[in-house]
Amino acid sequence: MTDGKPILAVERGGAADSLAARPKIVGARVKRTEDARLLAGKGTFVDDRRVSGLLHVAFRRSDHSHARIKQIDCDDARGMPGVVAVFTAEDMASVNAIFATSRMKDYHATAITALARDKVRYVGEPVVAVVAETRYLAEDALELINIEFDPLPVVIDPEEAAKPSATLLHEEAGTNVLCAREFRTGDVDQAIACAAVRVSGRFRFRRKSPLAMENRTYLAEYDAGRDELTLYSSTQVPGIIRDALSEALDIPGSRLRVVAPDVGGGFGGKASLYAEEILVAFAARRLGQPVKWTSDRMEDLASTSQGFDQIVDAELALDAEGRALSLQADVIGDVGAYSIYPWTAVIEPVQVVSFLPGPYKIPNYRGRVRGVATSKPPMGPYRGVGRPTSAFVTERLMDMAARKLGMDPVALRLKNMIQPNEFPYRIGSGIVWDQCAFTECLDAACEQADYSALRARQARARAAGHWFGIGIACYAELTGIGSRISVAPGMPINTGTETAKIAIDSTGAITAAFGVASMGQGLETTLAQVVAEHLGGRVEDIRIIQGDSAAVPNATGSYASRSAVLAGGAATLAAREVKEKLVRAASHLLEASADDLAVEDGKVTVVGTDRALTFRQLARAVYLEMGRIPSDKREELTSTRTYDPVFGTSATAAHLAVVEIDPSTFEVKIERFVVAEDCGRLINPMIVDGQVHGGVAQGIGAALYEEVVYNDEGQNLTASLVDYIIPTATEVPSIEVVHIEKDSPTTLGGFRGMGEGGTIGAPAAIANAIADALSPFNIDIFELPVSPERLFRLIENATTDRKESTHGHEA
Amino acid sequence: MAKSVSISITVNGRAYRHDVEPRLLLSDFLRIELGLTGTHVGCEHGVCGACTVLVNGDSARSCLLLAAQLDGAEIMTVEGLATSGGLHPVQKAFHDHHALQCGFCTPGMLITAVDLLKKSPLASDEEIREGLSGNLCRCTGYENIVRAVRAAADALKSENQESAL
Repeated sequence: MTDGKPILAVERGGAADSLAARPKIVGARVKRTEDARLLAGKGTFVDDRRVSGLLHVAFRRSDHSHARIKQIDCDDARGMPGVVAVFTAEDMASVNAIFATSRMKDYHATAITALARDKVRYVGEPVVAVVAETRYLAEDALELINIEFDPLPVVIDPEEAAKPSATLLHEEAGTNVLCAREFRTGDVDQAIACAAVRVSGRFRFRRKSPLAMENRTYLAEYDAGRDELTLYSSTQVPGIIRDALSEALDIPGSRLRVVAPDVGGGFGGKASLYAEEILVAFAARRLGQPVKWTSDRMEDLASTSQGFDQIVDAELALDAEGRALSLQADVIGDVGAYSIYPWTAVIEPVQVVSFLPGPYKIPNYRGRVRGVATSKPPMGPYRGVGRPTSAFVTERLMDMAARKLGMDPVALRLKNMIQPNEFPYRIGSGIVWDQCAFTECLDAACEQADYSALRARQARARAAGHWFGIGIACYAELTGIGSRISVAPGMPINTGTETAKIAIDSTGAITAAFGVASMGQGLETTLAQVVAEHLGGRVEDIRIIQGDSAAVPNATGSYASRSAVLAGGAATLAAREVKEKLVRAASHLLEASADDLAVEDGKVTVVGTDRALTFRQLARAVYLEMGRIPSDKREELTSTRTYDPVFGTSATAAHLAVVEIDPSTFEVKIERFVVAEDCGRLINPMIVDGQVHGGVAQGIGAALYEEVVYNDEGQNLTASLVDYIIPTATEVPSIEVVHIEKDSPTTLGGFRGMGEGGTIGAPAAIANAIADALSPFNIDIFELPVSPERLFRLIENATTDRKESTHGHEA
Repeated sequence: MAKSVSISITVNGRAYRHDVEPRLLLSDFLRIELGLTGTHVGCEHGVCGACTVLVNGDSARSCLLLAAQLDGAEIMTVEGLATSGGLHPVQKAFHDHHALQCGFCTPGMLITAVDLLKKSPLASDEEIREGLSGNLCRCTGYENIVRAVRAAADALKSENQESAL
């Protein structure tokens, strides 16, 4: 086993440190509490919910990329037996449009409605909703709907769409450029003028789907007697959806609840508001019956938010010793047809320029970005958000520079990295890194992989004619960000706080409620560990409530690698407070000084004696056995605490990929993949390893296979899993994980947040490994994914060029 | 609408007699008619493998079968794996090795693994990966699933050796 060092449970010392406990449960490989139901087939994903009188929705979606809706004829569908209702935008005039607003200048919000009104702007956009007794019947009825479209000029190429003369998708915006921003530090032009070495390229990272295994599903139940609406949603952000639906439907939050039960993966694709959520909620209220929509995979690929899709013209300039002098980049991000709620169209493309300088000291920086609307599903947050592209560009430039300078790529990186004694360090885009383990991660990855032995092996492999490459990528990400930084610039929603509500009830049972929402990452286990640690309880006794907008007054959900940091921090604060209350109650009941009490394993003990009270006994004394505690000393065993890490923290990693390319099939075989990562203090190393494995697998998909392809007419050519290819067990190698556990100095508990990183580093490392393997041909990788076909063309062109230029010389 | 078809079908050891629409998918029959929602539907075109069940002992995609085809068949779903004695060894191995995250692909993975373990010695991890390559997982990167199936294979092997003695 190579994934990390064994985690030793820290033995407790004597009485002295029993209150100021060193972590024991935090850091342990606790097996997951979620597993029992999921392994038995007893999970409750939204589609599993059994409700009597349930109606089913099917959507007639646009098959035009950009067109005016002239007329919709639903009469035949309405008359079909089994059909309960048919809705178009006209029927939804009472529903308010939602806008992802932002204070950022040069930004244009776009109206989000459940069904297209007047115009359609991408293939797959919902136009008509049919509600029927079964899904089969609802889908049958779709065929009876006639929509007359008046096609408009196609807006599909982001560079064309950015031109002033382009056809507009949103006339009221006056431009397709929905956002624009520029970061500047120093004087790039002067630095370039002095540079000894310059490397540049036009980089392209293609469009990607998050592709969670569970398709999006929404089920709304309306209680007419109480005027209460509950939406069960496969969402990462039940709190955000609750607030948005409250605005769309004019329902107060007290009568509107959004629940995310078991959610089958998210990866960002379930972190935004969707038209179908509005429709289902609206329809349940209108019809007074429960209503459900379950996406099929084609709809998922055609309408779920997508990721990446940036064109980056970038240049890195260095001095003769390999010190980076400047970096400049011009980015065009294809943000799709609408500015997504709540993140806005800014989220992906601006992150690219925010993170381009990465972990390096680059004194002069200029990053310019434009987010351009085209006829595709909206761009939304996807695992890594912008940073996979920044890492791809910067890390490729580093390798290109190393080659030009004749330096080893590891040595060049170490030379330019922010050194351990140089923190905090402000990079050219304005991001400040706290104590990040940049050099430590790179060293650890090289050590784990035995880098020098790998290079020796490469020399032998090359001599034998093998295409064998080694690629490295280093990156840093902001995680667990607090209230002083917006997840997307100018966004009016606070994503920087998290509330925990912990209560011990009169039976002694512990319930801890949060606003976060697990989509598979095991928060029920990790948060129970944090609560148990700081409360002195047992993990198995703690019930975690999450994924429910009603659990705490203000909630958003899980995204941006925030849950461990923010919910972990809130859990720590609230658990400590409840523990203090337990100690005060026990002190009175046991007639012992609080200093002599230890709280552990669900009981409070007078240290050095066998006198103890269990939480259950304490709870009975506090709540039920009147008179045991004087009323002026009686405190409810509850605490609600909010945590705000203010600026947040950062996580970092170095990835190392070893590849060999098959010269006959152009298949890239990943022989080894090493990750050395620092996510601060680990809550559960088993779960962290799992997050790294899964993130890297998605990064491998992004590097080699996954691409949403639109043709010139704006038709999605990859709307099935036969065409949109994700890695299977045979494409993903065994992944070696090394943990550099550097406590974050800026967060409670030292957690740094993780979960996205695997997808940030892997594409860049693999791109570098492929370029390294093909360096004898002088091939650089500028475009991801590197499908076998792209690789074939690159090699074919390079060898043809070489033949031609050789012939040229001879002539 | 086509006339419904009467089928007799055994699911997880229990016999059912149902009238089904000819176009009703086995996956929908299990989930909607029988309420066995442990079988998940991920793509409805036979690629992802989430809906895998055992049909007469062989793994099959329930989204590519019609219930009407299965008169007389014996079906095993994830709900049928555990016995009163506890979790199936494969389920236990998945728990021990953190081989599931969101749990959506897990029922199909478990059923596929059970089928593989029955039919193949799974001598190498490559064989395990090959055997699981028809089931997509988006969370785990497969690493821990391979480890869990390896552990289950080893456990079954020693069990078989013990019972042979």
